[in-house]
Amino acid sequence: MKYVDEFRDPALLRKALAEIRSLVEPGRTHRLMEVCGGHTHAIFRFGLKELLPPEIELIHGPGCPVCVLPMGRIDDGLELANDPECIFTAFGDMMRVPGSQGSPLESKARGADVRIVYSPLDALRIAQQNPERRVVFFAIGFETTAPSTALTLLRARELGVMNFSVFSNHVTVIPAIRAILDSPDMRLDGFIGPGHVSTVIGCRPYEFIARDYRCPIVVSGFEPADILQSIVMILRQLRAGESKVENQYGRVVPWAGNLPALKALAEVFEVRPHFEWRGLGFISQSALRIRESFAAWDAEKVMPIRGVCVADPKAAQCGEVLKGVLKPHECKLFGVECTPERPIGALMVSSEGACAAHFKYGQTRLPIVTT
Amino acid sequence: MAQSLMNKTPGGGSTAFHDKQISMAHGAGGEASRRLVEELIRPLLANDWLNPLGDAAVLPAQSGRLAVTTDSFVVQPLRFPGGSIGELAINGTVNDLAVSGAKPIAITASLILEAGLPTEILRQEITAMAAAAGHLGLPVVAGDTKVVEHGKADGLYICTTGLGAIHPRAELRADRVCPGDRVLLSGPIGNHGMAIMLARAELDIEADIRSDTRPLAAMTEALLETCGAGVKWMRDATRGGAATVLNELARDARMTVVIDEEAVPLDDAVRGACELLGLDPLQVANEGQFVAVVREEVAAQALETLRNTPGGERACLLGEVRKGSLSRVLARASYGGVRVVDMLIGDPLPRIC
Repeated sequence: MKYVDEFRDPALLRKALAEIRSLVEPGRTHRLMEVCGGHTHAIFRFGLKELLPPEIELIHGPGCPVCVLPMGRIDDGLELANDPECIFTAFGDMMRVPGSQGSPLESKARGADVRIVYSPLDALRIAQQNPERRVVFFAIGFETTAPSTALTLLRARELGVMNFSVFSNHVTVIPAIRAILDSPDMRLDGFIGPGHVSTVIGCRPYEFIARDYRCPIVVSGFEPADILQSIVMILRQLRAGESKVENQYGRVVPWAGNLPALKALAEVFEVRPHFEWRGLGFISQSALRIRESFAAWDAEKVMPIRGVCVADPKAAQCGEVLKGVLKPHECKLFGVECTPERPIGALMVSSEGACAAHFKYGQTRLPIVTT
Repeated sequence: MAQSLMNKTPGGGSTAFHDKQISMAHGAGGEASRRLVEELIRPLLANDWLNPLGDAAVLPAQSGRLAVTTDSFVVQPLRFPGGSIGELAINGTVNDLAVSGAKPIAITASLILEAGLPTEILRQEITAMAAAAGHLGLPVVAGDTKVVEHGKADGLYICTTGLGAIHPRAELRADRVCPGDRVLLSGPIGNHGMAIMLARAELDIEADIRSDTRPLAAMTEALLETCGAGVKWMRDATRGGAATVLNELARDARMTVVIDEEAVPLDDAVRGACELLGLDPLQVANEGQFVAVVREEVAAQALETLRNTPGGERACLLGEVRKGSLSRVLARASYGGVRVVDMLIGDPLPRIC
C-alpha cells in the first residue's frame, strides 16, 4: 500500500534503530516528548518503545484534544443533547468520553439524539435535512480540525442555515507546548513535533522552541520509519550541539503551512483570552472562539450553555499524565478503577490518549517459549 | 453417523400471499397469521418436518453427540454487498455448529417483523434463507413469527437455532490447548464489518468490499476428517473480529497467543479503508472466517487441508500458543516490534485525526 508499506519496511527500520543506538550517549537519558496523541498511539501500535535503547525516554505530551477537555465542557455539550429539539453531533472519538453525568453514547442509550459525524459538513447537512430541529456540532481538535469547522461555518452563513451551531472547543498547540516548557517539573531534550497540526500551521511557529529554549524539534510523520527517522534527526542535533526546527514529514507538511486554511481560521475564529485545559490549568490565548460576525452560529451565544466547572475525580491523575510527569501506569487508578471499558478520564477513552494506548498496546515482552 | 433429514429439496416458486405489507394482524395468531405462514413462508421453506405446521418438529433418533446453538440477527441495513440478513441467519448458526465440530442437521427460525415491512422484503429474505439452507441440504424444521409495532424492530429480526451431529473424532475444548500448538486462520478478515460500514453510506469512501458471509461446515469437517483429535479448538470470528476470538482463546486456555502481524490475510480494499479510518482490521467483524488451534505436528497437514477445500485457499498459519503469565494476545512484526492485540471495546469508532 502506497505511503504505508515503504515506511514499515523492516530493513529500513532496523537501519534506523542501529543508527539511533550509535548516536545515543551511553549512560545519559535523552528525554524526548512526542506532543501529538497520534504519535503516542503510533509508538505503542508499532511496538517502538521496546525497540529503542534504554537511553531514550519517551514522554507523552498533551496533544490529544479530547484528553485535555475539562469535564465541564463535555457536561455543557451533553446538556444540549438532552433537549429533544436538539441533535448533538461530534466526531467518533468524543462518543465515549465521560462527563460527570456519563458519555455521549450513554446519553444516546437513554434516548438523546446523538450522532457521529466524520466531518462538520455532515453536521451541517443534518441541519439542512431537519429544519425543525436545532443541530449542534461539538467541535474539538487543534488547528488540525479547526479549518474544517471554519469552512463549515462559512458554508452555513452562505447557505443561510440558521438551525445549525458550533460549540467550539478548539485549542491551539503552541501555548500548550510553551506551558510544558515553562513547567518546573519538565526537563526535555527534544520534541517529536506534531505532524498533522503542522500541515495547517507549518513549521515556523515552533522556532521559539529551538531559539529560546535550545530544544531540537523535528516535525514527524506517523509511520514507524517516520518516527525513528525523527529520533535520528533529534539525536544528530543533540550530538552537534544544535537546536533547530526540522521537517521530517515533508511529504505532507509544507514549511509555510496551509494559507487558505489559516485564512479561513482567521476569518471565523479569534483567540480566547484564556481557556482551561485539563491537567494544565488555565492557559492564555490557547483556544479558539467564534467571532462576533458568526454569532448566529455560535452555540455559546444561541444555545443555553451553563458553563459548568467540574473538577476531576480526586484520585485521577490525568493532569500529571498529560504533562508527562507521570507515566500512565503510574496513576493509581490505571488498569484498576480506570480501564478502557470503564474509563474515568478521557486519556483512557480516546484512541489518542496515552493511557488507552498504554493499556491497549503496552507490556509486550515476549514470554520464553516452553513446549 | 448422523441421520440425514433432507430427502426433499425445499420448494420455491410463487406463493398465493398477496398482502403488500406486514401488519399487526399477521402476528395476532388468527387468520392473517395463518395466511402468512401457509401462503408465504411454508412454500419457500417446504420440507417434510415443517410442512405439517405442528407445534414441534419430530425428528428421527440420532446416534452420537448432538450440538445445539442459537443466534439472533439484527443487522442494518438488511441487504448489503455480499449478502443479507436471511443469509447471515442461516450461515451464522451453521458456523457456530461447524466450529463445534458438528454437521448441521436441522435449523429453526424465529422472525420478529416490524409492522409496515414490505412483503417483498420478507419474501426476499425467506428466499435467501431457503437458498443458504438448501445449499447445505439443511431443513428449516420449525419457526415462529411475531409482529411488533412500527418503529420497534428495524424491519426484521431473525433468530435461528441449529442442531448438529458432532463428528466422532471431534474433541474441541480450550483445556486441551497447550504451548506449542499452532493457530490457523481460514482466510482474509474484515470484509463483513467494512461492507456494512460502507453500506450504511456514512462514509464518502467507495470501495468494492463485500461481506464474506458463507458456511464454514465443509472446511471444519475436512479438518476433523484429516486431523481428528489433532484439532484442539475452533471458533468463528464474528462481531469483535479475529482479535476478540484470539483473546477468548487466550483467556479460556490460560495461555499467551502470539501471531505474526504480516501473516494476517487482508484484501487491499479492506486494508485501505481501515488505514483511512484508523480501525484495526483484527477488530472488524467477519461472517465467514474461523480460527483453529491444532497440534504442532499436524499444522502443515491442517493448513494443506484447508487450502485444498473450496473457500479455504487463503487460509494461513497465524501464530502459536505459548505459556505466559498473562492470558493475552501479542502480535509481532518482522522488524521486531511487538504489540498487544486487545479485545474490541464498544463499537469500533473511527479516529479524529
